Amino acid sequence: MDKVSPAVGTESGQSAGSAPVVAVPVRHPGRWVSAVLIVVLIAMLVNGLVTNPNFQWAVVKQWFFSEPILKGLVVTLELTVIAMFIGVVLGVVLAVMRLSTNPIVSGASWVYIWFFRGTPVLVQLLIWFNLAALYSVVSLGIPFGPEFVTFNTNNLIAPLVAAILGLGLNEAAYMSEIIRAGILSVDQGQTEAAQALGMSRLKTMRRIVLPQAMRVVVPPTGNETISMLKTTSLASVIAVTELLYAAQIIYGRTFQTIPLLIVAVIWYLILTSILSGGQFYVERYFARGSVRTMPLTPIQKLRRRFGGAPLPPAREAPAPNLEGIR
Amino acid sequence: MSVPMVKAEGVRKSFGSVEVLSGIDLEVARREVFCLIGPSGSGKSTFLRCINHLEQVNAGRLYVDGELVGYRQKGEKLYELRDREVCAKRSEIGMVFQHFNLFPHKTALGNVIEAPIQVKGESKSVVIERGKKLLDRVGLGSKHDAYPRQLSGGQQQRVAIARALAMEPKLMLFDEPTSALDPELVGEVLDVMRGLAEDGMTMVVVTHEMGFAREVGDAVVFMDGGVIVESGSPREMLTNPQHERTKSFLSKVL
Ligand SMILES: Nc1ncnc2c1ncn2[C@@H]1O[C@H](COP(=O)(O)OP(=O)(O)OP(=O)(O)O)[C@@H](O)[C@H]1O
Ligand SMILES: [Mg+2]
Repeated sequence: MDKVSPAVGTESGQSAGSAPVVAVPVRHPGRWVSAVLIVVLIAMLVNGLVTNPNFQWAVVKQWFFSEPILKGLVVTLELTVIAMFIGVVLGVVLAVMRLSTNPIVSGASWVYIWFFRGTPVLVQLLIWFNLAALYSVVSLGIPFGPEFVTFNTNNLIAPLVAAILGLGLNEAAYMSEIIRAGILSVDQGQTEAAQALGMSRLKTMRRIVLPQAMRVVVPPTGNETISMLKTTSLASVIAVTELLYAAQIIYGRTFQTIPLLIVAVIWYLILTSILSGGQFYVERYFARGSVRTMPLTPIQKLRRRFGGAPLPPAREAPAPNLEGIR
Repeated sequence: MSVPMVKAEGVRKSFGSVEVLSGIDLEVARREVFCLIGPSGSGKSTFLRCINHLEQVNAGRLYVDGELVGYRQKGEKLYELRDREVCAKRSEIGMVFQHFNLFPHKTALGNVIEAPIQVKGESKSVVIERGKKLLDRVGLGSKHDAYPRQLSGGQQQRVAIARALAMEPKLMLFDEPTSALDPELVGEVLDVMRGLAEDGMTMVVVTHEMGFAREVGDAVVFMDGGVIVESGSPREMLTNPQHERTKSFLSKVL
């Protein structure tokens, strides 16, 4: 469990008079009892899962890497990436608009956020899907003037496009609030310093404010991405063959409902676990400059705990202060 | 005769209904170190920020290098400058803040080279060379790659000075550059400023360091309640103030 090593840092460079601290770590009997209890419970759960024939693990195995499931998986990933991309890009635009001094510009952003946050995303998906009924043709041209190109919305809004629009535009409303909070978290002095150097508003935002806002923006964006990955399953109601719908199609035919849902569940868990891992490294990247020492990566932690080679000195570690002045 | 670097004529500034500057007249000659002193809230920072148009003046005229700050005059009429023109003018004036305001996501060198590349569009290699020389000059030769958080206050402020100098400004504004520093770090920043003054930089310095004002300053102005109460040469004014308010202020800070 947890090893206490109070002597860390005293092994090297100690002078003759200073004895290293060697102490008996505090005992935690409660931790051992609770750990044993939890292990027993997990063993029971696993036993039940494996031995209960209703789960039909053979069927799970049979379908896990099957082509329709893997295709659905790819669609889920595509939907997640594209919808998040739209969400982030449009979210930045909406956030900057929202902070504009022009009341019409900030008002427009407010209305957008009000609408998309105020309605369920499932309803939005259905509306996009059925848009063809609302506007049967979409035309590009001069407003109230001649039209250049005309699309039939039945062809324009395929289920996948409806899902991308629905999820992406909805996400933008949430992302813009996250990004706005990030922008506001950056000290006013940063903007002033940049302006005093002659940087334009846009450059100040892009080069100085947004990179610093990232540190605040990244963790919730990671959560949004994980949440988006799961929300894509809603696209199954408008017949997008993503992971869940792919599984549904199969069990609709074979009636092996539970095993196929388990296939979907395991894939979702694998994907969300990978995303959580990625989130750690992205956060670490954007924390540079804002902390004196970087958090350890899991590999570094393992090495530190189990002795291995000493860590290379962290690049960010403060160097000894030696230099004089002029 | 040459145009003064800064010239203020009846400059007034209010925030809402509160008048912070109530008619400031002064002239800063070229190559001069001009010190502004005064109690807290007397409008020193506000005046400094008007000089590079971080604040807009409400009345009066403010000139830098003979040109009106923030406006263009055609006949009797004033026209507000465009964003781009304001930026161009600011890029010729360096500013150093009380709280450094370094960009924490960039290294010391990254801070210094940012504006010359982004604003002046100079080539990266040229700017890096100049940036390294500037960091050496402020005594930070070994800290090019350190992030601001890893530097002491005095080191950060010296990076901030190098950052401003990298734009090769014709005028430097200092707003209490040593007020946020531990006493033992004040000296290293003042040394850098002294070196700048010796090199002939025109400087407007808001400071509570009377020793610096006396030694390095060519002119000093005492402000209180948004007006200039007394001005003169540092030696005379700091040792033999004429006004009651100046006397009581100096007796508190000296
Ligand atoms: N943006 C602002 N909005 C409203 N009031 C302001 C603003 N900036 C400054 N003030 C007010 O203007 C007055 C003068 O402020 P200023 O910062 O110029 O004083 P100062 O002489 O620099 O004081 P200090 O020595 O404390 O820095 C203060 O009363 C302050 O509250
Ligand atoms: Mg001030």
